[in-house]
Formats: sequence, structure tokens, C-alpha cells
Amino acid sequence: MNVLELTVLIWLGAFMAGFLGSLTGLGGGVVLVPLLALVFKVDLRYAIGASLVSVIATSSGAAAAYVKEGFSNIRIGMLLEIATTLGALLGAFLVTWVPTNAIAIVFGAVLVYSAWVSARTAPRTHHDQQPDPLATRLKLNGSYPSESGPVNYCVKRVPQGFALMFGAGTLSGLLGIGSGAVKVLAMDQAMRIPFKVSTTTSNFMIGVTAAASAGIYLRRGYIDPGLVMPVMLGVLAGSLLGARVLLKVPTRTLRWVFAVVIVVLGMQMIYHGVTGKV
Amino acid sequence: MRTWDDHHVEEIIGTLLRWGVMLAALVVLAGAAVYLAHNAFVRPDYRIFRGEPSDLRHVRGILRDTRALQGRGIIQLGLLLLIATPVARVAFSIVAFGVQRDRMYMAITLIVLATLLYSLTGS
Repeated sequence: MNVLELTVLIWLGAFMAGFLGSLTGLGGGVVLVPLLALVFKVDLRYAIGASLVSVIATSSGAAAAYVKEGFSNIRIGMLLEIATTLGALLGAFLVTWVPTNAIAIVFGAVLVYSAWVSARTAPRTHHDQQPDPLATRLKLNGSYPSESGPVNYCVKRVPQGFALMFGAGTLSGLLGIGSGAVKVLAMDQAMRIPFKVSTTTSNFMIGVTAAASAGIYLRRGYIDPGLVMPVMLGVLAGSLLGARVLLKVPTRTLRWVFAVVIVVLGMQMIYHGVTGKV
Repeated sequence: MRTWDDHHVEEIIGTLLRWGVMLAALVVLAGAAVYLAHNAFVRPDYRIFRGEPSDLRHVRGILRDTRALQGRGIIQLGLLLLIATPVARVAFSIVAFGVQRDRMYMAITLIVLATLLYSLTGS
């Protein structure tokens, strides 16, 4: 295959990944690495580099739409970004030490886990109004708009959330993904942040986290312009389109289909990792 | 002047991020045109990891390649702009927290910015 053919095919694949990722809210990054590594036989390190850079594009591109809704909390985001960026540095350093087949196995496990988290339940609503002293001192409590006026919420268990975010950052730097599933889990389950606030704040954090490992990737030579170009342009176009049709398509079935695709890709990554084919 | 409440700050940040991404995408697109014009029928090999040549790993080298109108260099410049976009948003947040006289969050944001700059410039 020559450069032109490969560029067109990868662009199409990335476009689909971005479109489905944005439509289902699962993010396009998780399927990019398996797509590049398994379908296009790209070395895992190049695939991770391309995916990581594209994650910055989708996260930043979607931010403008999220801001209009007024759900995100910049203080929660900034505080937790200390944890995610430090984790991302660790993850990016680990990539050079960990053998690629081990990375593939971890990647597969994270894929299966992400699909499970997203397919499991509808988001819970918890309105525990007992303020936590640490969260209060850090000015994390906030409110978000709803049809019946602003809803106040209190943030809980900041240290646990911070620790989980460090883990999410490490995974992001190691695997080249946004690890939105882990971020939302940390904010939703540990810190009891309302789902809408946690998903939008997580999106804000993903770009900053990815930028922290992207610098190291660049200097290590993992970012190949010829490969990243179609991936980044494709995912960006796909996710922007996905955000526009968001309300017109029944997403429930689509979520399931996409979750199944992710599980299958995850299993394949694990299989390839175990058999040493990556 | 409008007050610098959180939502207004977020609106500015959202706009900043969108423009950053659009600019980066345009530069990548321009680089892609040059790159494809010269290399469309080359057979690439991404199966084996070799790492990028050193001029595509550093800001100075990328700028040099861009001035020489090399496709890969221009694409890499676009990717550099993309990586810089979230960094710019963190830097802007310091200003925003400063206007709000929130010293604690200025310090928190500075830590994040320092981590990002360490990653980008390295040691």
C-alpha cells in the first residue's frame, strides 16, 4: 500500500472512530490504537503516539460545546489536573520501559473495562448535601443549571479522587488514550460529583493530561507526522459531526454495538499481547 | 467590562480551545498537501519502530523543516500547535484566577503549568 492509499484508509477509519466515539460518549481514542495496531499493522508505539495527539484534538474541539451547557467545574478540573499530568509523565516514561506486548495486554484490559463501565447503568443522581471540610476549603462545591433552577452539589473524598486521577493519568500516558472512563469513575463514584459535571469536566482534563505526555512522546520520536495527520484530521472531523447529530439518532442501541466492538478489540489486544504478535 | 465569573472564564477558554484546534488542523492540512504531493506513491513502513529523525523531535528542527517547506515538518508544526492549545488554556487560567484574586488556585494552576512545560521542554 502506498502513502496515498494508506492515508485515505486511515482517515476513513479514524473518522468512523471519532464519529462513533462522540455519538456514544465513549471517546474515539479507545478504538484508534487497536485499529492502527491490529488492522493497519502499525507498531504499537507509533499507534499510541498518533492516538494521544488525536485525543487532544477531540477534547479541545468538544470543549466549546460543553462550555455552553455550563456544567463543568474549572476548580475541580484544575486541582485534579495536578494528579493527571504527573501520572501522564509517569505513563510516558513507562512506555519506554514496558515491553509492547505487556502494553497491549493492559490496553485490552482497559478496553474491556471501559465498555463494561459505560454499558452497565444509567448515571446515578446523588445529592448528598453534607459538605466535606477539605472540599470546602478547596472551593470545589458548585452548582449546575437545570430546568428547575441551579442544583447545588458537594464534593466528597478528595484524596481518593486525586489518587484515582493519578492512575487515570498514568494509563493515559502509557496507552495514548484519554482514559475518560477512569476519570468519570473517579469523579462519579469516589467524589460523588454529578454525572453531567463529571463528564464535561473530564473532557476538559483529557486535553491537558494528553499534552503532558505528548511532549515526551514527541522527543522520543513516537509522533510520526505522516501517520498522525490522517488520524488527527479524521477523528476531529468525525467527532465534530458526531456532536451535531447527537440528539437525532437513538444512541442506546449504538452504545451497545460500540461497546461490543470495544470488547472484541480489547480481547484481540490481549490475545496479540499474550502471543507476542504486537 | 463583564465580570470574570467562572462561566465567563469558561466561555473564553472554550473559544480559545476551538480556535487552537482549528488553526492546528489547518496547518496539518497544509502540510498534508505538501507531503502527499511529494510522497503519494512511496510505500511507508510503520510495522517496525525506528523513531522519528531528530529534526522532527524538537521545536527548533520542526521550525527549520517548516521554513524549508517540507510536508512532514509543516504537519509536525500543526501537531505542536495542537499540543500547545491545552497549555495555553492552563496559562490563561492563571490570569483568570489572578483577576478573581484566588491565590490558592493560581498556585494550583502554576503547578499544572510547570508539569506541562517540563514535559514539553524536558531536561
